[in-house]
Amino acid sequence: MNATNVKSSVPPGVRLGRLSFVWRPWLVAVTLFLAAATFLLFCLSIGVGDFPIGLPQVVATIFGRGERVDAFVIMDLRMPRALAGLVVGVALGVSGAITQSVARNPLASPDILGITGGASAVAVFLVTVSGGAAAAVVSAVGLSAAALAGGLGTGLLVYFLAWRRGIDGFRLILIGISVSAVMEAITAWLLVTADIRDVARAQAWLVGSLDGRSWHEVQVALWCSLALVAVVACAAFPFKPMRFGDEVAAGLGVRYTRVRAVLLLCAVLLAGVAVSAAGPVPFVALVAPQVAMRLARRPTPPLVASGLVGALLLIGADLVARAALPITLPVGVVTAAIGGPFLVYLLVRANLRGRRQG
Amino acid sequence: MVAQHITAAGGAPRLAAEGVTVGYGARTVIDGLDVVIPPGVVTTIIGPNGCGKSTLLRTLSRLLKPVKGTVVLDGADIAGLKSKDVAKKLGLLPQAPVAPEGLTVADLVAQGRHPHQSWLRQWSSDDAAVVERALAMTGVSDLADRPVDALSGGQRQRVWISMTLAQGTDLLLLDEPTTYLDLAHAVDVLDLVDDLHESGHTVVMVLHDLNLATRYSDNLIVMKAGAILAQGHPRDVITAELLHEAFGLRAKVVDDPVGDRPLIVPIGRAHVRDGGGVQAGSDARGGAGAV
Repeated sequence: MNATNVKSSVPPGVRLGRLSFVWRPWLVAVTLFLAAATFLLFCLSIGVGDFPIGLPQVVATIFGRGERVDAFVIMDLRMPRALAGLVVGVALGVSGAITQSVARNPLASPDILGITGGASAVAVFLVTVSGGAAAAVVSAVGLSAAALAGGLGTGLLVYFLAWRRGIDGFRLILIGISVSAVMEAITAWLLVTADIRDVARAQAWLVGSLDGRSWHEVQVALWCSLALVAVVACAAFPFKPMRFGDEVAAGLGVRYTRVRAVLLLCAVLLAGVAVSAAGPVPFVALVAPQVAMRLARRPTPPLVASGLVGALLLIGADLVARAALPITLPVGVVTAAIGGPFLVYLLVRANLRGRRQG
Repeated sequence: MVAQHITAAGGAPRLAAEGVTVGYGARTVIDGLDVVIPPGVVTTIIGPNGCGKSTLLRTLSRLLKPVKGTVVLDGADIAGLKSKDVAKKLGLLPQAPVAPEGLTVADLVAQGRHPHQSWLRQWSSDDAAVVERALAMTGVSDLADRPVDALSGGQRQRVWISMTLAQGTDLLLLDEPTTYLDLAHAVDVLDLVDDLHESGHTVVMVLHDLNLATRYSDNLIVMKAGAILAQGHPRDVITAELLHEAFGLRAKVVDDPVGDRPLIVPIGRAHVRDGGGVQAGSDARGGAGAV
């Protein structure tokens, strides 16, 4: 690895074989730090429980050198939950980073673009409406898959409604909010009119939780997310000039309609995977990219760091919800409680710094 | 003069539109227009608001796809070329582009290298050298580490032109590069455009200010209602009759006291001696000389 440092005014480059890219030491350092922190919290989350296991044993077991009793507790009982937290967190973080970058607006997130609302409405509908068809759907594909389909359908509906000779970020958000509101109204109406026992089941799904994940569910979510993140990584390069708007990007030879469609579809699918694995977990997709952007000191949300912050937030929230609070809360409640203040802190800190300089 | 430039640049036209019809949805803005952009000179498109100047520029740059007709770039139909190959030949600066908050000048200009990069090869020493030159040529090297949003309007426009230069094309299309700039900064940016022309670039731009267009262009395209009214050197094109026909503007065309081009003095209703009468030509000339 040799840094081809040309002159001070131009960013230095790095070459690794045929690979070459701009050398951004701070971004790399922040990303490595976030990765290490995520791994640590992941292991901590596995260790905490009715049968506490020390951090060294957890790490040893993950790398295949632990005791058998630990291996059973860790790999069979606790790993699915922790892995679900990791996958859902990364999926939400990356999904949020894409939607915010594409819409060029920090308010854009899968929550606002109707994906979560659509998934919730479908899930609640299937739980509360007693009838042959609904029961058949649930038994055939499972509640998660049906909710996923609902989320994707709503996401695509928003995309096509917002389409007017291209996608304008502001229009996308307005239509997303409107469609979300309709979905929330449907959900509320279903809950009000439904049988009280069904409502309790629907509520359990609606708050978002990592409880009782099976290995199979987690594996499906993991492979889907990996495939989607790979597509996102490929599309990230042509997406770079789109930070400056469609016309500049077109001038630089980017077929922006196609790139944006691919990326938004990936964002919708990633959010859908997250919703189907953990239910609608609020706020992670909104806050993770903004936190990552400020930690990495970049003008736009960095993808990898956003995913890692999402995972940190989700695993951390789950840990707090299980271990630190007197009553066990669903993870979604805690993500909002942690993420919100942290974003406010970052904004206030930036304001203070700006004032000192100005 | 134009002919000299063309022979000096020594080539066939690089960019031309042949019978293009362009519109937005059902509304047709340009109908069957032909135009040839002479190489090696500064061409400026002028015309009243809504006449289709920006539409023509956007069509020439492939931002808009004509309903009928073709845009020809180096002998090939531009619609059939790959986007990246077009971007290696033709640089485009759209109207009033916006950079994300906090992005540095160096990062913005570096983005101009995008058509020459790939997923694997995102930054090479060639890129660094070209960006370095583009920064120096536009006089913004000292600002390289500053965030773009912290710059003045004139500096910002220089930075955007620098990004277009980093693209490494000798064909530059600038859509109203002086919008939102005060006169001093507008002149500054147009001096930069003239430097680019001197260094061998072919420039096509859209301008609103007629006197600046006259001063800084070798070739004017005057448009009205989606058609070309006149084209040629400002000295041959700019007449009081044409200005009236194109803009509905009453104006006096005099010799530029500091240049070798015509100068347009608009005649409105207020503060004009003798109603700006045409018979007072000698007075106007005297007045202009006294400026």
